[in-house]
Amino acid sequence: MNNLSLTLLLAGVLATAAPLIIAALGETLTEKAGVINLSLDGSLLLSAMVGFMAAYESGSFTLGFAAAAVTGAVIAALVGIFGIYLGQLQVAVGFALTLMCKDLAYFLGNPYARLQGPQLLSLELPWLSDIPLLGPVLFRQPLVVYLSLLLIALVWWYLYRTGRGLELRAVGENPEAAYTRGIDPRRKQLLYTLVGGALVGAAGAAFSLGIKPGWGRPQGIEGIGWIALAIVIFGGWHPVKVALGALLFAFLQVIGISLQGVWPSIPAQVFQVAPFPMMILALLLLNLAQRETFRHALQRRPGLALLVRRLQGAPPRALGQNFKPDR
Amino acid sequence: MQNLKQHLIDTLLILAIAGPFTSLLLALVGASPADAFGHLFSGSFGSWSKFSRVLNVWIPLTLCSLGLLYAFRSGLWNIGVEGQLVLGAVGTAGVLRLGVDAASPLLVLMLALLAGALLGSLWALLAGWLKIKGGVHEIFAGLGLNFVAMGIILWLIFGPWKRPGIASMSGTEPFPRELWFPMLEGWRVSPFALALALAAIVITAWVLNHSRFGLNLKAVGHNPRAVLLYGLSPQTYLLTAIIISGALAGLAGGVQVSAIYHRLIPAISSGYGYLSLLVVMLANFRLLPIPLIALFFAALNVGSIQLPMMMQLDSSLAGVIQGACVLSALLVFGLRRLKKGADG
Repeated sequence: MNNLSLTLLLAGVLATAAPLIIAALGETLTEKAGVINLSLDGSLLLSAMVGFMAAYESGSFTLGFAAAAVTGAVIAALVGIFGIYLGQLQVAVGFALTLMCKDLAYFLGNPYARLQGPQLLSLELPWLSDIPLLGPVLFRQPLVVYLSLLLIALVWWYLYRTGRGLELRAVGENPEAAYTRGIDPRRKQLLYTLVGGALVGAAGAAFSLGIKPGWGRPQGIEGIGWIALAIVIFGGWHPVKVALGALLFAFLQVIGISLQGVWPSIPAQVFQVAPFPMMILALLLLNLAQRETFRHALQRRPGLALLVRRLQGAPPRALGQNFKPDR
Repeated sequence: MQNLKQHLIDTLLILAIAGPFTSLLLALVGASPADAFGHLFSGSFGSWSKFSRVLNVWIPLTLCSLGLLYAFRSGLWNIGVEGQLVLGAVGTAGVLRLGVDAASPLLVLMLALLAGALLGSLWALLAGWLKIKGGVHEIFAGLGLNFVAMGIILWLIFGPWKRPGIASMSGTEPFPRELWFPMLEGWRVSPFALALALAAIVITAWVLNHSRFGLNLKAVGHNPRAVLLYGLSPQTYLLTAIIISGALAGLAGGVQVSAIYHRLIPAISSGYGYLSLLVVMLANFRLLPIPLIALFFAALNVGSIQLPMMMQLDSSLAGVIQGACVLSALLVFGLRRLKKGADG
């Protein structure tokens, strides 16, 4: 493989990963605060449709992204209100929403199917795009690709270096303790469910306006929401590891297209299944690593022990449980 | 009586939210709600042929929903039902591929259904085992296994089981006619499959509400620690519940293959596994409403097929109505719980 095709591959990975990173980081924020928003697959699709529709009608990308983000936030608000305030199972609400939003997207988006719509242009970064070999490919991407990379640092900084980030993690780990310190866990959780949902919505627009432009049934991003959910777990609820997981998946996907040539009998969908066994394995390791016998076995294999430590990440302790203030 | 009244009020409330919501959406895309609902009704109950198509959806949907009930009773969220259905279809197709040379067609069909139930329950057992021995939450184990099942079926259709010469999304070679479940004159639904679903309802009603196993299962679901005092093993009950759940989903997959499609296609599940989760949620995890709700959902699915032709609307309207009903139900049940909490 020569230099140019390697940079092309890298550029493809960055572009494919961008919406996935945004969506997965949004879900990371939500889950870190203790709420699980299972509606991702449906909300990505519905916000992709709304984003496309808004940009098509107005001709403005800003409006497209804003409409998509609002869509994602509204869906997340339903998860938040039904779960946190009405005491329903968060997974039940999220699951019902994911199925409904998908159908809603097809239903409302029907008139916009297969229309030629606006599409984000690539943005050349000054200076960087002049770097020989790497520059022209890597630094000529839609703006949203650079933003997705920026978001990784931003979410990490917010979670681990700010007071509000500390509060966010506190309500996700131990809402009772946070409550006694004068924080209202339910309000915080609703807030970060909304923020996370808005990011998921923006990711939807990043698909329909840039990475997988257009609208149709199927749009081609069906299933990506579940993958984003799996990646949050695989990344151990840590923003940097989550982003790396998204990049790894994007890499598998881009490589998968080339692999199609090697094994033409295997459809690309088979390769897309990969994140799910990885998610199960990550969860299995997470739980096994807490067992005495497993730890002893690991001590004799330092290489494996390192791998387990790297992959390990604990879920927020109050994840998915609705906090009741009077308890 | 008090209970019945409350259920009726709940049902009316749910319809009073979901109905106007759907009408609003229809008005939004410039369609007449009355026309749309009319087409949904005539498309599903308008003729015997259409109604028998509704029954063909009702059968697998009911089987999956009944299975879910066992899992829910034990406190498990068997979201893996979709993958169990798919693997059931694979199991049944695997036996039917062997052909009829050895035995009578009916025996082969029975064996095929059994293989479907077996593979479905094995797939469920995997999720249950991951939960109990590996500490992997059944929702993530189930979801993950659903996608792996999807990978398996695609690989089979494009790989080892592909049609001679051409592998395509249209599925495997159809099975010989002798291996189709027999139908009565003028029926589009197999009476055998129908009887299977009806029997499953009766048996489930008895097992869950009257057998010792059903009562213990309920106890495990309510308080897994307390049942240890009675010498019950919660793990055994959880595993048994999810195995039964998987077997019924696998049976549904077997029916899809042997009585409806007569071959294996990538979309063999038709999403009935996921849809059955909505059925059970709308039934508030109770048995009695399940057959009725499954019939309602099946009618929506079948009735919506003619929407694109008659009204240029997308057939996904069915899913929108189903989702709206479930969300309204979650709202109504949630508000009722809130009120109860405030009263008591």
